[in-house]
Amino acid sequence: MLSLNELWFVLIAVLFIGFFFLEGFDFGVGMETQILAKNDTERRLLINSIGPFWDANEVWLLTGAGAMFAAFPNWYATLFSGFYIPFVFALLALIARGVAFEFRGKRDSQVWKKTWDVCIFFGSFLPPFLLAVVFASFIKGLPIDGDMQMYAGFFDIVNPYTVVAGLTVVMLCLVHGLMFTTLRTVGDLQVRARKLGRTLLIPLAALLTAFVVMTYFMTDIFEQRGALLMILVVAGVAAFVLSGYFMSKQKDGWAFGMTGAVMALSVLSVFVGLFPRVMISSIDEAFSLTITNAASGQYSLKVMTIVALTLLPFVLGYQIWSYFIFHKRVHEKEHLEY
Amino acid sequence: MDIVMLSRIQFASTTIFHYFFVPVSIGLALMIAIMETMYVRKGNEEYKRMAQFWGKLFLINFAVGVVTGILQEFQFGMNWSDYSRFVGDVFGAPLAIEALLAFFLESTFIGIWIFGWDKVSKKIHLLSIWMVALGTTLSAFWILTANSFMQHPVGFEINNGRAEMNDFLALITNGQLLVELPHTLLAAYATGAFLVTGISAYKMLKKQDVPFFRRSFEIAAIVGIVSSVGVAVAGHAQAQYLVETQPMKMAASEGLWEDSGDPAAWTVSAFIDPVNKVNSGEIKIPYMLSFLSYSKFSGDVKGMNTLQAEYEEAYGPGNYIPPVRTTFWSFRIMVAAGSLMVVFGLYAMYLMWRKKMERPNTWFLRFMFWGLLLPPIANTAGWIMTEIGRQPWTVFGLMTTEDSVSPNVSAGSVLFSVITFNAIYAILGIVLVGLFIKVIKKGPYNMDNDHGVDHDPYSKEGTTHAFS
Repeated sequence: MLSLNELWFVLIAVLFIGFFFLEGFDFGVGMETQILAKNDTERRLLINSIGPFWDANEVWLLTGAGAMFAAFPNWYATLFSGFYIPFVFALLALIARGVAFEFRGKRDSQVWKKTWDVCIFFGSFLPPFLLAVVFASFIKGLPIDGDMQMYAGFFDIVNPYTVVAGLTVVMLCLVHGLMFTTLRTVGDLQVRARKLGRTLLIPLAALLTAFVVMTYFMTDIFEQRGALLMILVVAGVAAFVLSGYFMSKQKDGWAFGMTGAVMALSVLSVFVGLFPRVMISSIDEAFSLTITNAASGQYSLKVMTIVALTLLPFVLGYQIWSYFIFHKRVHEKEHLEY
Repeated sequence: MDIVMLSRIQFASTTIFHYFFVPVSIGLALMIAIMETMYVRKGNEEYKRMAQFWGKLFLINFAVGVVTGILQEFQFGMNWSDYSRFVGDVFGAPLAIEALLAFFLESTFIGIWIFGWDKVSKKIHLLSIWMVALGTTLSAFWILTANSFMQHPVGFEINNGRAEMNDFLALITNGQLLVELPHTLLAAYATGAFLVTGISAYKMLKKQDVPFFRRSFEIAAIVGIVSSVGVAVAGHAQAQYLVETQPMKMAASEGLWEDSGDPAAWTVSAFIDPVNKVNSGEIKIPYMLSFLSYSKFSGDVKGMNTLQAEYEEAYGPGNYIPPVRTTFWSFRIMVAAGSLMVVFGLYAMYLMWRKKMERPNTWFLRFMFWGLLLPPIANTAGWIMTEIGRQPWTVFGLMTTEDSVSPNVSAGSVLFSVITFNAIYAILGIVLVGLFIKVIKKGPYNMDNDHGVDHDPYSKEGTTHAFS
């Protein structure tokens, strides 16, 4: 039987896996507006394809952060204060991106649109990059002292390992987004999305390999949970290979599922490697934050468990329903807003 | 500047800016839900147009509210990490529930509302805007649960050097919440209503689409008067609760240094000298403060000097008097703006009752137009009074603002975030006002067919099978 602390660790992992899987593709589509789209119509098609979803996808991040605050206040406090500047940038990017979707189509001026297009691109690139840097730092270790305070210098946060992690997740979002595009568009755009997705599998494979190898040598997580992580890595490789196979067979739904699986397995591996720690101290293993010393009291966890398990089915239900409502493809004959 | 001051500026600017949009979202969502309900029930396309026109403004506003809300969720950890550690056990829960219960509801159903005009049935579409309205209201409930804990901590015990929840029910039935929630929610409904009456008055002044805007005006005016009067009643209840739970805030908002004596007079205005702790040039209304505090014309109210002595005894040496002038004046600004809203609303009711809205005089319309600024002024002043008046505490009686700040964040980092965030707020504010003006000028009969899909949504290409 899971303890409540373990259960909340699992729930937070689920929330972040959900976030990276869902917002991952709309980050990818946001980047595609500069990489794949050839003209304004295509940009609008791409943006409209994520229009009904991106906001709810982002709520997974907010809920993840909220759950951290409620269940592991020390994790929340150390994380957000410790990564102050990265979060400032991530927030600026998310703010700019969010309003850009709404504002972009509101005026018929090229300068206006170009400006918001830039916001959409960087707003879709920076947050997954920075969040991956943060998650990679969790397992690499951070200068956290005996009072759970983290005093990180620039290179504690930005270093080859975290940058590789950041680029890997960005590339993964892009490929995942391209697969989403193949599902929600038609014609030339769809064909090009599939083709670019296949091409990008090569650099993605290189990045994923580099990340796994660096993780093996630069973190302790394989020592901690080698067997389980090996299974996850094998499953990830299988999902990756299958995604390539389905792309070549034009089975777009399956390909999307597989790129999503690679994403989910990557995030899951980080959580598996961390457990039962939540942030690893590079100063002294004893200073690491764990699901015990970072947690709220049992009463609080119990209340939150009841609330979460009651609400979650409804939330998942209507979110899935909204995807069902908008399962039809977007095309040029529609009036496009953005 | 020191880290505490910088962090306070960061928090205040973010929260004040965010709170320009939140009440508009809450209020307009309700207004649009009412309009669309009339459309579905009566089948009159004018009401659909109404929902769509005001919906455009709603969405522009909503976008800014959502993105600044992300910052709200993160900033406790970023700038107030020691606070977060101390109260997370109690305070984190309402925030997490807000995200799970309210944010998901809002964000999912707003997507269905925007893009679903031709994809779901009328009733489902109507349901979606009601779900958005419900989401915004639930969001208010949970964030105010968290705020109420800061004003009047309940349902906890101190364990392991931090506040730990021991009674969830007490937390969500906090007396502070029971007075704060109706006051805040009704104020938000009034904010949406006065925005609609204000813009409608402007269009009527310009003689553009007069029937459309007269109808909008009338619907909003009813919501406006009901909620404005409600705000005042709820505010009165809140003041009485304040005397019991945070007497220092009450005394500061009255500029009351010494005990008032019985009966207590209400100070309309005064020059306050916080250094020498004296006021001059006071204008007072006799009996009024007794009435505000106890709903009767007798009873005395404790002054700040008495309370300072009591607090020193209870909490040790220190200065427990909040910034008096800010608290005093923000309270008066709130009351004045709120009273004007009631007056404007009543006059609008009179005109509607006498069927004079057909030819309203231009003075009235001008007043109503500028009246759209009253709720934001009152909202902002009200929150400034609430939060400044609680100083030096973050959680009343438990933790001070000084102890709450993140010890590991440098002043330079916070200065950087203050500058960048405020720059982006300024840009967003300007852009939002510009877009509002553009939409309003275009009017309801010349809307771009935005978001919606108006023909051929189910063509052949639209139905390929992804998983075949």
